[in-house]
Amino acid sequence: MERSMTAELTKEKLHDLRVFAEEIRLETLKIIRSRGFGHVGGSMSLADLMAVLYGEVMHIDPSNPRMKDRDWFVLSKGHGGPVMYATLGLKGYYPVSDAYQLNRPGTRFPSHTDRSLTPGVELTTGSLGQGISEAVGAALGFKTQGTGNHVYVCIGDGESDEGEVWEAAQFAAHYKLDNLTCFVDNNRYQLDGPVSEVMSHGKGIGAKFDAEGWHVIDVRDGNDVAQIYAAAAEALETKGVPTCVILNTIKGKGATFAEPVSAHSSQPTEEEWAEAVAAEEARLAAVRKA
Amino acid sequence: MNFTLKADHQKYKRANRDGYIAAMLELMKDDPSVVHIDCDLMGCINAGKLAAKYPERTFNAGIAEQNAMAAAGGMAATGMKVFVHSFAAFASRRDFDQAFLAAGYSRVPVHVIGSDPGVTAAFNGATHMPFEDGGLYMSIPNAIVLDSCDYVQTYSLTKKCAAQPEITYMRLIRKGFKTIYEDGADFEIGKGAVLREGSDVTIIASGIMLDEALKAQEILEGKGISAKVIDMFTWKPIDEELIVKSAEETGCIVTAENHQVGCGLGSAVANVLVKKKPVPMEMIGIQNRFGQVGDQDFLMKEYNLLADDIVKAAERAISRK
Repeated sequence: MERSMTAELTKEKLHDLRVFAEEIRLETLKIIRSRGFGHVGGSMSLADLMAVLYGEVMHIDPSNPRMKDRDWFVLSKGHGGPVMYATLGLKGYYPVSDAYQLNRPGTRFPSHTDRSLTPGVELTTGSLGQGISEAVGAALGFKTQGTGNHVYVCIGDGESDEGEVWEAAQFAAHYKLDNLTCFVDNNRYQLDGPVSEVMSHGKGIGAKFDAEGWHVIDVRDGNDVAQIYAAAAEALETKGVPTCVILNTIKGKGATFAEPVSAHSSQPTEEEWAEAVAAEEARLAAVRKA
Repeated sequence: MNFTLKADHQKYKRANRDGYIAAMLELMKDDPSVVHIDCDLMGCINAGKLAAKYPERTFNAGIAEQNAMAAAGGMAATGMKVFVHSFAAFASRRDFDQAFLAAGYSRVPVHVIGSDPGVTAAFNGATHMPFEDGGLYMSIPNAIVLDSCDYVQTYSLTKKCAAQPEITYMRLIRKGFKTIYEDGADFEIGKGAVLREGSDVTIIASGIMLDEALKAQEILEGKGISAKVIDMFTWKPIDEELIVKSAEETGCIVTAENHQVGCGLGSAVANVLVKKKPVPMEMIGIQNRFGQVGDQDFLMKEYNLLADDIVKAAERAISRK
C-alpha cells in the first residue's frame, strides 16, 4: 500500500499530538522511576518524535502488532527503551503499567529494546550502530517483497560515532531505499560529555548523510511535534533516495533533574523524582487546557 | 542421512563453491524468500550465477561486513531467508557482534557462508586465515556450525541450512578439493557420518581433514591397527551419541580439524567425552598459533595436519589406553 500524509495537521490533531507527547513524557518518567534509575536523558528527548510517529504517521494496529503491512519503527539507540515502552503502552499494545517491570528479573521490558520480548518492538537493538543496519536490511526486505511497509529508524548523535552507521547509510542510498526514514536524535550529548568534545562529526551528521546521497531535512526544534510532522511528510514524498531527519533536541527534555545537566543516565533521589513527576503532570495539564 | 563414499575419491576434483551455487539456484527457484548477500566477494564463489538469474534477490553490500550481517538480520526479520557470504575471517571476526545479536540473539534465519577456512586461505595469508571462526560461531547459543568437505556435502548442507529457522554458519572450501562422496548424498545436521568401521581407535574429522583421516586409516590398517573414521561435519550441535558409542567401541579418540583445537571440533568432542565417557584422546589441528602465507601443502605440513600426524596421534592414543 502506498503511504501518504496530509501536508499539515489540523489544530485539533496538533493539540492531540502535544498532549500525547506529554503523556509519553510522564509515563517514561514513571517507568524509569519504578526501577529508580535508567536512561532518562535519551528517552525524554524522543517523546515528541514518538508522539508524531505513533500518533499520526505510522500505519499500525496495536491490537494486531504483527499486521502484515504495518510500518516498522526501529529504535537504533536502544537505550531509549523506556520512551518506546511508554508509547506502546499508551497506544494499547499492552497495559502501560506492565512496563513498570522495567529491568526486573524475567521482564519483558529490558533496558534496551528487544524484538523477542516486547510486543511492538520490531528489531533488537542496543549495540550501537546495529539498529540502523538492521533497519536498512528490513527496508530492503520489504522492497524485495514488493510490500509497502515503511521503515522508520532513530539513531543518536553519539551513536553516529559508530562506523557501521555510515556503512548502513551508503547501503541504503545505493539500494535507493525510499521506504526508509532515519531520524537523528541530535541532543548533543553522549555518555562522557558533549558530542563536540567526545567525538565531533566534522561538517555535521546531516552533511555526512548528504554526502552519502540521502535527502536531508534539518528540524530546528526536534521537540516540536508540528516540525517533526512536516519533516515526516516530506520524507514520505521523497522518492528514489532515503531521507534523514536531523532532530535538534534537548537531552532529558522535561525531566527537571536531567535536562539541566544533559545526563545520559540518572539515579535521582526520591525528592528529585517526585519533583520531576509533579512538574510533568503540571505540564501535561497545561497542554491539555491549551 | 544417505551417502556412499566415492571410490578412488582422490582422483576427483570439484569446487565446493559450485555445490553452494547449485543448491542456491534451486532454492531461489523454489522459494522467493531466499536471498544472497555478498561482501564484494561474489567473484570468489561464482555468485555471479545467482545475480544473473535472480538479480532482484542477489545483493552486494560492498566491503562492509558489519552492515551486511546486521542488514541480513533485519531482512530476515521481514520473512526472508538470508544467506550472507564473505571470507571466513571476515564473516566471523569482523562482524561477530552483528552475527551474535542481529542474527543469533534475534532468532532469525541468517545463514552465514565463510569461505577459505583455515589453511585453505593459503596465499591470502595470516590476515585472511581464520583458525577460530568455528569457535566464534559455536559460542552463539543457538547457532548451528558446519564444516563441509566437498561439493556433494556442501550442496546437501546448503539446502539443510535453508530449512533452519535460526542462525547457521558453514565453513566452505572455495576451490577444488578431492571429492569424498558420490553424487546424491544426503546429510543430516547434527549427525556424524561413519565412513569406516574400526575397533582400535576412532578418528573424528571434518572438512579438508577428512581426506587425511581416510589416508591415515589406510596407513594404520597396514600396521594392523583398525581405525573407525567419522565425518563430523556438524560441530554444533555435536553428535554426542555417536561420540560416546565410538569411545565405548574403540577405547580412544583422535580428532582432526583445520582450526584451533582449543575452540573447535577437538574441544567439542572433549566436552562430550569428559562428561560421558572419558577415554584417551589426541587432537590434531592448530595448536594455539596464528596463520601465515603459503601454499596449502606447505601449511598442512607446517601445522601438522597430515595423515602421518593423525597416524602418530592414533598410536599415542592407543598407547594411553
